[in-house]
Amino acid sequence: MNNEIYIHIDKISKSYGNVQALDQISLDIKKNELFGFIGPDGAGKTSLFRILTTLILPNSGNATIDGYDTVKDYKMLRKNIGYMPGKFSLYQDLTVEENLNFFASVFGAKLKDNYYLIESIYKHLEPFKKRRAAKLSGGMKQKLALCCALIHKPDLLVLDEPTTGVDAVSRYEFWIMLKNLRENGITILVSTPYMDEASLCDRVALMQNGKIMIVDTPQAIVANYPYKLFAAKSIHKSDLISLLEIDPRIRSAFAFGETIHITLANEKLPITQLESDLKLKITDLTIQATEANIEDCFLMMGTNYEKS
Amino acid sequence: MKSHNKVIEVENLVKRFGDFTANDNLTFDVYEGEVFGFLGANGAGKTTAMRILCGLSRPTSGKILVAGWDAATHPEDIKKNIGYMSQKFSLYEDMTVKENIRFYGGIYGLSRNEVKTKITEMIEKVGIGGLENKLIRELPIGWKQKLAFAVAIFHDPKIVFLDEPTGGVDPFTRRQFWSMIYDAAKSGITVFVTTHYMDEAEYCDRVSIMDEGKIVALDTPENLKKMYGVSTMNDVFIKIVRPELI
Repeated sequence: MNNEIYIHIDKISKSYGNVQALDQISLDIKKNELFGFIGPDGAGKTSLFRILTTLILPNSGNATIDGYDTVKDYKMLRKNIGYMPGKFSLYQDLTVEENLNFFASVFGAKLKDNYYLIESIYKHLEPFKKRRAAKLSGGMKQKLALCCALIHKPDLLVLDEPTTGVDAVSRYEFWIMLKNLRENGITILVSTPYMDEASLCDRVALMQNGKIMIVDTPQAIVANYPYKLFAAKSIHKSDLISLLEIDPRIRSAFAFGETIHITLANEKLPITQLESDLKLKITDLTIQATEANIEDCFLMMGTNYEKS
Repeated sequence: MKSHNKVIEVENLVKRFGDFTANDNLTFDVYEGEVFGFLGANGAGKTTAMRILCGLSRPTSGKILVAGWDAATHPEDIKKNIGYMSQKFSLYEDMTVKENIRFYGGIYGLSRNEVKTKITEMIEKVGIGGLENKLIRELPIGWKQKLAFAVAIFHDPKIVFLDEPTGGVDPFTRRQFWSMIYDAAKSGITVFVTTHYMDEAEYCDRVSIMDEGKIVALDTPENLKKMYGVSTMNDVFIKIVRPELI
């Protein structure tokens, strides 16, 4: 990866009626980055992607990709962007093969010239190439959509929630495909509501309510988590969480799988003291120091972090 | 386990579409007040099984009792005794909060007074006081999903089926949603839930994992992790579905 700025986003805002979808977003993305936009539905990810792919206009602010303006130079940009929308948008009544040929011809590309780019993905689809897109499973539709977005060899690939509703294993495999594509020099923007996918990106923006809360490498975001974090565990988990929620010594308590992640109101409090106090009520309790993950950071930056 | 009363009994459930076997001899029970996680890879057959349990589709063979009713012969009686919500469809977007609640109240055959009491109760529970007259499409997704869940258990069903209820929901609301699930289970409603968030699998009392039409694992998260010698449900899932990845 080099340090050349490839995408420059400057104070972009977008609203739909009373809903402020994007609120003064500014951000730079480097060439050949695998960049993740992480946030729940309604964070503004799709609106930002549609502006960058020249499909909608911002209310204010502007963005350039490789120096081209997303409003003025949209014709130029469309040739060089591959976009996979969140909703499956291929032709349901065309076969796998027909969809791929159609998208190649729309962009004036030859399937055989760029086949090397999609080969490793397409080989899973090859046995079904005569099948209509409507009859494919979810995982195969996703692979076909990715192939169609890539077949004109774009410089920029924009993927809107490609892994939503996809099982944990297939999601992992999809990310391996993206890493491989990055090796071909393509810059990739990808959005996801799954916090655990952040660690697979070069850099991420955590988004909520139309704003970017932080932009950094996933490693730096977790390393900068400001509090000491502990994992409390008991088989009586719902009793434990109720107890932690009313304890004034606890700043935050959130369920994380089989444990509850907690931070302390006063970090000088010895954790062993808290543990032995709480053990009077929950005898099998254990509390251990733990490392923050992206979801801890997201919760911390949100408005509901400290107990009211 | 919350109780020994079985509310779902599935014995040798088979569902075929032409030559394709979507559900291959499923056998399992779900108990009253249990939070039962129904996991599996995409295409493993979860949706097919869930549609049969909800009375929306008939089994090819097997004996399936849901809330005491036979899924092959009494699907309409099953529908009266269950609630259902999914991420994809929950409430009517172009109706207000109040209109949705009234509409579902009507469908479930509640009286006008019952609906009134329920509206007050729910608005308090979901914490959306003042928004009764807003259109659903104007609500943030988290509230929408919490409200949809409240509506799905509105008529005190024996079982509520939740199909990826927390997809796309922010981490804070996701946790609130699960606390609503626990409350429902405590009140005796059995919760049958699918999810792709593996941390949520840990919140279930028991979890079944489907692969290629079969149930390949069924136990408490604790026991499954022990059995597969791993520390998270995510790793259990990977070990079962794609062992070559570990």
